[in-house]
Amino acid sequence: MDLAPAGDYRSSYREDMTIFPTRNSRIAMWLGLALLCAAPLVLGRYELGLLINIGTLGIAALGLNILVGFTGQISIGHAAFFGFGAFASAWLHERWHIPVALCIPLAGAMTALVGLVFGAPAGRLKGLYLAIATLAAQFILEDFFARAQWFTGGVAGRITEPFALGSWVADREETYLYVVIAYVVVMYAAAANLMRTRDGRALVAVRDHYLSAEVMGINLAYYRTLSFGIASLYAGIGGALYAHYLLFVSVEAFNILFSIQFLGMVIIGGLGSVMGSLMGAAFMVLLPELVQAGADALSGSAIDRVLKLGASISFLREMAVGAAIILFLIFEPDGLAHRWRLIKAYWKLYPYSH
Amino acid sequence: MAPDAPILAAEQVSLRFGGVRALTDVSFEIRRGEVFSIIGPNGAGKTSMVNCISGRYRPTAGRIRFDGEDITRLPTRKRAAIGIGRTFQNLALFGHMTVLDNIMVGRHHLMRHGFLSGMAYWLGGAQREEIAHRREVEEIIDFLEIQHVRKAPAGTLSYGLRKRVELARAIALRPKLILLDEPMAGMNLEEKEDMARYILDLNEEWGMTVLMIEHDMGVVMDISHRVMVLDFGKKIAEGAPDAVLADPHVRRAYLGEADEVVSEPEEALAP
Repeated sequence: MDLAPAGDYRSSYREDMTIFPTRNSRIAMWLGLALLCAAPLVLGRYELGLLINIGTLGIAALGLNILVGFTGQISIGHAAFFGFGAFASAWLHERWHIPVALCIPLAGAMTALVGLVFGAPAGRLKGLYLAIATLAAQFILEDFFARAQWFTGGVAGRITEPFALGSWVADREETYLYVVIAYVVVMYAAAANLMRTRDGRALVAVRDHYLSAEVMGINLAYYRTLSFGIASLYAGIGGALYAHYLLFVSVEAFNILFSIQFLGMVIIGGLGSVMGSLMGAAFMVLLPELVQAGADALSGSAIDRVLKLGASISFLREMAVGAAIILFLIFEPDGLAHRWRLIKAYWKLYPYSH
Repeated sequence: MAPDAPILAAEQVSLRFGGVRALTDVSFEIRRGEVFSIIGPNGAGKTSMVNCISGRYRPTAGRIRFDGEDITRLPTRKRAAIGIGRTFQNLALFGHMTVLDNIMVGRHHLMRHGFLSGMAYWLGGAQREEIAHRREVEEIIDFLEIQHVRKAPAGTLSYGLRKRVELARAIALRPKLILLDEPMAGMNLEEKEDMARYILDLNEEWGMTVLMIEHDMGVVMDISHRVMVLDFGKKIAEGAPDAVLADPHVRRAYLGEADEVVSEPEEALAP
């Protein structure tokens, strides 16, 4: 089954610019989607919850990847924007009685505006200086969450309403999964489209060589700030989806550790890869589960008795994430997306190596 | 605007970095449709002059007019739209992008779809725009004979090919004036011949005015209509290639002793 073309068989520019290059890769995509849609038939609520988490975090991680991977900026305040989206959606519904289905995109737009404000320094700052500026965004927003009772409910947090479309209410994992899948498809298609059109290329041009980008007529400050806006849009939508899944948003959740986790996702998934963002999010959600499963399997054995796995499982889960980031940086700095490309190339050429 | 008015006029351009005088009162005009070369020893201010024209540097004094318009203080990014394109002495491609995307970036200022209609690829006409510009880009790819590397990341190409891609990207801007900063540096004879042919075609068939910096005297004398010589930031000669070569100032300041002046271009031309 060829997912990558073995030669150039395309006869129009339109065909040459498709996201999925072969018929088989398109079939694989539809099959994958169909399988996901059938997941509630076989998986339990816990596993479906994991899938939902992968989806919401994956959308936000994609936003960060557009900022860090494609535009070459840095942000260590992404979780704050994720949180802002969550609170904004809850607030829009409670204060203005807007249906939740509309609240989610509106929360995304609101977060994008906030992102543009905090992204404004990006027009002038680079590297470490920009990192510190985004750190400021993280702290300012966190403080705002704690104090702005009208918006976030203060330390008590905010209860959110489930997603509803007419009489169809998505208040359980089995139903909410479809909402998340729909958003993932739309947001990922939008990002893939962006990267193959004018403004997406401009973002990458700014990353790769800003001096010649300027000679090509690209407004550096505009695109550096815009990438913050787009990243925040994705974070906001991811956050809103998260809020209407948990049905409760608390102030403490969106701290700097969470921001670093987002960075971990895009590094593990692959900087500058759209699908890599989803792979990174899946990795980050599933790795602790894997560690847990491993510890469970060993429970009662000699290893468990010596190392006391059961008692230290919460540390082990965190440490596995940290170790994964380090190992990826050393052995696969291009991330899971690159590994996936290598696997595809391997199958295409099998049994030859070149 | 009279058709014989110069496309570019530099008036007493000076550029200083602290105590260093990179350019001192340099004035010249480039006529529409000519190939104009700037030569001079290393550090003579050739690239500084090109940087002033492309907007990288702001002259400390003097004015630069393009098409009759004063562009001395025009931001760099706005110069693509008025018709100035350039290549760089040290390659400045977008290394991780494919050759195709690199050249498509050159079309940036001619396209209008923003990020929202780009995200809605199929709905707002962004796809149609991409295809229309892709056609233009393919024409340039054919012209420069780089079809085989179309989908390769620019950073993986050989030096000669990268130079060619950079030229392609500058052509994609559809500039009226194209600035080539050492287009043939580090090339072998065959590659130089190809490049010279491209520059001549650009000038004659695509109708672009060319400003070129080049060290290879053979090429410069062969394809330039006029030549300007800079030395220590000052203009010491300007005119037809033979006249410039014969100029005693140029011999002394740049080309060395009389014997070399006569023999060097012929050597470089020898097959």
